[in-house]
Amino acid sequence: MKLSLSGKKAVVGMIFIAPFVIGFVVFIAYGIFTTIRMSFSDVILAGATSGVELVWNNFDNYIQAFTVHPTFPEVFGTSILNMVIDVPLIIFFSLFMALLINQKFRGRTIVRAIFFLPVILGAPAISNALLSARAMMVGGVSPASAEVMASLGSNLNVDVNYYLAMLGDLAIPPTLIGYIVDAVHRINNIIIASGVQIVIFLAALQSIPPSVYEAAKIEGATPYETFWLITFPMVSPLILTNVVYTIIDSFAVSPVVTLSYSTIFSDYNYGLGSVFSLVSSLAVCLILVVVGLVLGKRSFYYT
Amino acid sequence: MNIKARIEQMKNDPTIASKRGQAERKLRAVVFALFRTALVLGISYVILSPLIGILASSFFSTEDSYNPVVYLIPQNPTLERYELTILRMDYWNVLGNMMIYVLGLTVIQLLICSMAGYGFARFNFPLKKLLFGCVIITIVLPSHTIMFPLYTTFQTFNPFGIFGLFNDGNSVNLLGSPWPVVIMTIFGVGLRSGLYIFIFNQFFRGLPREIEEAAFIDGAGSVRTYLQVMLPNATPAVVTVTIFSVVWQYNDNFLGRLFNVSDSILLSRRIGSLQATISNIDQIRDPSITTLYVYAGVVLMILPLLLIYVFMQKHLIEGIERSGIVG
Repeated sequence: MKLSLSGKKAVVGMIFIAPFVIGFVVFIAYGIFTTIRMSFSDVILAGATSGVELVWNNFDNYIQAFTVHPTFPEVFGTSILNMVIDVPLIIFFSLFMALLINQKFRGRTIVRAIFFLPVILGAPAISNALLSARAMMVGGVSPASAEVMASLGSNLNVDVNYYLAMLGDLAIPPTLIGYIVDAVHRINNIIIASGVQIVIFLAALQSIPPSVYEAAKIEGATPYETFWLITFPMVSPLILTNVVYTIIDSFAVSPVVTLSYSTIFSDYNYGLGSVFSLVSSLAVCLILVVVGLVLGKRSFYYT
Repeated sequence: MNIKARIEQMKNDPTIASKRGQAERKLRAVVFALFRTALVLGISYVILSPLIGILASSFFSTEDSYNPVVYLIPQNPTLERYELTILRMDYWNVLGNMMIYVLGLTVIQLLICSMAGYGFARFNFPLKKLLFGCVIITIVLPSHTIMFPLYTTFQTFNPFGIFGLFNDGNSVNLLGSPWPVVIMTIFGVGLRSGLYIFIFNQFFRGLPREIEEAAFIDGAGSVRTYLQVMLPNATPAVVTVTIFSVVWQYNDNFLGRLFNVSDSILLSRRIGSLQATISNIDQIRDPSITTLYVYAGVVLMILPLLLIYVFMQKHLIEGIERSGIVG
C-alpha cells in the first residue's frame, strides 16, 4: 500500500501519541465508565483475585448518599464552600507576591528560592507526619518546637476584635471583615498553597516585553495606569490557568475526597464511595466550566 | 526684608522646585522599599519558620526537650535522633531505591509526554481535536474519581488475557509492587502526565518549522528528527518537566498509597510509620521524644530534594519563562 506524504505523516503522528491514547482508553475512559456503573450498582466482592460483581440497583446509592448518609451532604457542601473561599485569596495573594518579587531589589534570587520552597515541602507525607506529631503532643510536655509551630497561629494579646468593631463603624460590611480576618488567620495555609501560582505569575510578568513599559512611560502613563492597562491584561490568560490549577489542587486535599477514600477502602462500600467521588467531581467540573467561560471571555490574548 | 516676597520667590524658583520633586520621589521610593522589605521578610519567615523549628529540634537531646528554657538552640546537641532514624527508616537503602524509582519514572515520563506533545504539535491526523480534549480531561479530572477501578484493574491485572497465558489463565496481582505506577506512566497517564503533554505541546508549537524541514531534506526520518533535532531544542521544557516530575513523584502520596507501593521504595511511607516503629521497637513511649525522630526523618527526606532544587533553581525559573506555560 502506498501512502501520500500527508498520509505517512498522519501515521507517524499517530504512532507518537499511541501510548497516551492506549493509556487513556484502558485506564481513564475505562475508569470513568466503571465508576459510573458502580454508582448505580451494589458492588459485591467475588473473591480476592477475581474482581468484583455489579448488581444494578437504580438510584439507591444516590438516594442513600443525599438522604440517609449522616455526613456526606454537609462534607460535600463545606468542601465546595472552602474551595470557593480559598481560590480568590490564593490568586490575589500569588499575583501580589509575584508583582512584588518581580521588582529589582537586593537578595531577589534568595527570596525567589524561598518562595518556591512550599512546592517542594508540599508532600502530604511530610505535613501528615507533622500533623500527627502535633496531635500527639497535646497535654504532654511541649518542647520549644511546638511553640514555634503554635506561634504561627493567632496568640495575640491585643484585643483585635475591638479594632475590628471600629472598622464596622466605618460601614464596612462585617462579612467582608470576617473574610479578610479569616484570611489573615490562615495566611500560613494560603502561602503554602500558592507556590506554583507565584512561579507561573512570575514567569508571565517576565515575558512582557520591556519596550511596552518604555512606550507607556514616554506617553506619560502613571504606575497605576501602567498596571491596569498593561500588566494586568498581559497576565490575564495566566489568571485562568492559575484558577484552574488552584481549584484542582485544593480539591485534591478536600474533606470530600478523604470521605470517599475512606468509604471505599475502610468501609468497603464501593457503590456509595463511587457516588461520592462522582458527584464531587461533577461539581468541580461544573465550576471549572463556569470559571472557564467567565474568565476566558475576559482574558486578553496577545497575538 | 520682606519674608512674604522671599517665600513667593522660592516657590517660583525652578531649581528649588525640581529639588523638591526629587526629594519627594526619593522619599516615596524609600517608603515603598521599606514596605516591600517588611512584607518579604514576614512571608519568608512564615515559610521558613516551621523548617527552622524542625531542624533545630531534630538536634535536641532528651534533657533539652524537657527543659522549658531551651528554645531553638539546644544546650546538649545530639546526633542520636539522626542515627536511630537512619537505622529504623533503613534510610540509605530506601533512598537509593526511591531515587532509582523516581528518576526512572521521570525519564519514562519525559520520553512519553514529549512524544505525545510533539505528535499533537506537528502532525495532522483524524480526531486530533478530540484526542487533545482527552489530554485536557486527564489534567482536569480529579484522580480520586477513578481510583477504585484502577485499584481493581491492577489487583486482577490481565490485559487481553496475555498474563493468563503464563499463569494458568489466572490474572496477576500487581498491588504492592511499583509496576502499576510504572505501567501507567509508560502509557502516558502517570502522575500529572497530561500537564506535561500540554507543556511540551505548547513548546513544540512555538519552535520554527524550518528546523524540521532542514532535517527532512538532510534525510532524517521522523524518529531521528524528533530525538536528535527537536528534543535538544526543547531544553527549557525538558528542564521544567524534569524538575516538576521529580518533585511531584518524590512527594506523591496518592498513587503510592492507592497501589500500596512497598515501603522499601517510598520514603514517605516510612516517615508515616516512623513514630510507631520507634515507640514499639525502641520502647521510647513519650510522644514529645518520638516526635523529634519524626522531625529528623522529615529533614532527611527533604534534604535530597533541596539539594536538587538548589542546583536546578536557576534553570527552573528560566525554563518556565521559555517553556510556553505562559500562553
